[in-house]
Amino acid sequence: MRNVLTIAGREIRSYFSSPVAYVLLAAFLALAGYFFFALVSAFDQSLRIYSMMRNPEMLQRFNLNEMVIRPLLQNMAVLLIFVIPAITMRMFPEEKTSGTYELLLTSPVRVSEIVFGKFLGGLGLVTLMIGLSGFFGLVLLGYGNPELPMMFTGFLGLYLMAVSFLAIGTLVSSFTDNVVVAYTGALFALLVLYTIGWLGETVQGPLGAVVKYASITDHFQELLKGLIDTKDLVYFATVLVVSLFLTQRSVESVRWR
Amino acid sequence: MIEVAHLYKRYGDVAAVEDVSFTASPGQILGFLGPNGAGKTTTMRVITGFIPATSGTVRVAGFDVFDQSADVRRRIGYLPENPPLYNDMLVVPYLRFAAKLRGMRRGDIDTAIDRVLTACSLGKVSGRLLGHLSKGFRQRVGLAQALIHDPEVLILDEPTNGLDPGQIDEMLQFIRSLSPNRTIVVSTHILAQVVSVCEKVVIISDGRIVVEDVLANLTRDQRLDEAYKRAISGGLARGAA
Repeated sequence: MRNVLTIAGREIRSYFSSPVAYVLLAAFLALAGYFFFALVSAFDQSLRIYSMMRNPEMLQRFNLNEMVIRPLLQNMAVLLIFVIPAITMRMFPEEKTSGTYELLLTSPVRVSEIVFGKFLGGLGLVTLMIGLSGFFGLVLLGYGNPELPMMFTGFLGLYLMAVSFLAIGTLVSSFTDNVVVAYTGALFALLVLYTIGWLGETVQGPLGAVVKYASITDHFQELLKGLIDTKDLVYFATVLVVSLFLTQRSVESVRWR
Repeated sequence: MIEVAHLYKRYGDVAAVEDVSFTASPGQILGFLGPNGAGKTTTMRVITGFIPATSGTVRVAGFDVFDQSADVRRRIGYLPENPPLYNDMLVVPYLRFAAKLRGMRRGDIDTAIDRVLTACSLGKVSGRLLGHLSKGFRQRVGLAQALIHDPEVLILDEPTNGLDPGQIDEMLQFIRSLSPNRTIVVSTHILAQVVSVCEKVVIISDGRIVVEDVLANLTRDQRLDEAYKRAISGGLARGAA
């Protein structure tokens, strides 16, 4: 565990001793903030229009959770598809090109410790990112009355999704020594994972069920609706464990005869 | 103690190293010589456990590099061809990181850092960013990292690479001062460096060992550069045949 923390600590420090962490946090939060502003304005405008029309039934149906929080979280999830590969792309390629990979792999450290340490370092940045975006939720709590549990499960869903993305990005980054390839590969994998559910609507039979289960969006949707189901949690845990296990195999493969 | 026996390393169809065998003993600096691309780095990478051999065995301090890799890695200090530095780190935190990776106890780390900073004359730059250091200092930080855990075996891949003549002299004297209770392998393609520090010479050419002898025997009735040229051209002739 000590080795894991050593490696994770170096990883986090490297995000913050370069502009990487600040640029990614700023870009993510600025865009998310813009989405938030746009959604709240739209909400406010329709609220005013329906008030003028004196239509209490419509007004009853107005819901911060559905009209602001859910689309905000969905849009942030799309942002993460682009932001998280930028976090993971340096993990292994930079070590390989700078020669520090030799230091890591010739030290008495297990490969699993290297992989988990790097993942944990990235997780620190991701946690901060999602944590800071919780500010939007606080603003709504301060000025409106969203349903707290539903908002909470929504953010939980976003976080689980981010963690899964991070694990997949870590895996892709272990395949290559080129940051552009690592970024593009992770972006591609995440986009496929995010959109594969579209096929679930049209493909029939057991294959359709598999596609639907594989789609990260469907599991995310459940959490956005405020439903915490073991099935969805198992899905996220599976993505995490399988990705990190494969990363460990991929890194260790340099030692295979 | 390092024992390399019948080591082969192939990359696909290309043989990088073929049937390499030699031994290095404690207290003895072994000069690993050969032209560029002869297989020096490959051999050293196998010894340190960074890459596996295709076949053959390597034992370091009595442990098999493949089967008891962790035991070997604990006992080796390795300076790769390019010093393995994180450019965004400061010198002292970097050395602390290296010490932790080597499993050193927290209480011993500060003393070890002071020791290698002095030994490698890094006092002046100890607060600098690694990315801002000159080639000579980078090489010395690389060496400091290899020495931090006071290893019994040192593998130095072209440690004098990129140093100016004064620094080369200093580096060689320093390596010499490390030798009494350690097994040290130093690779280079500069013969003068071998003469000034090494007791034993292994010459590799085209992936094969062409000479393994103590320096005194090798230079008894010829100069080292003559012996080297003869060995290398023999290797080339065989490679062509």
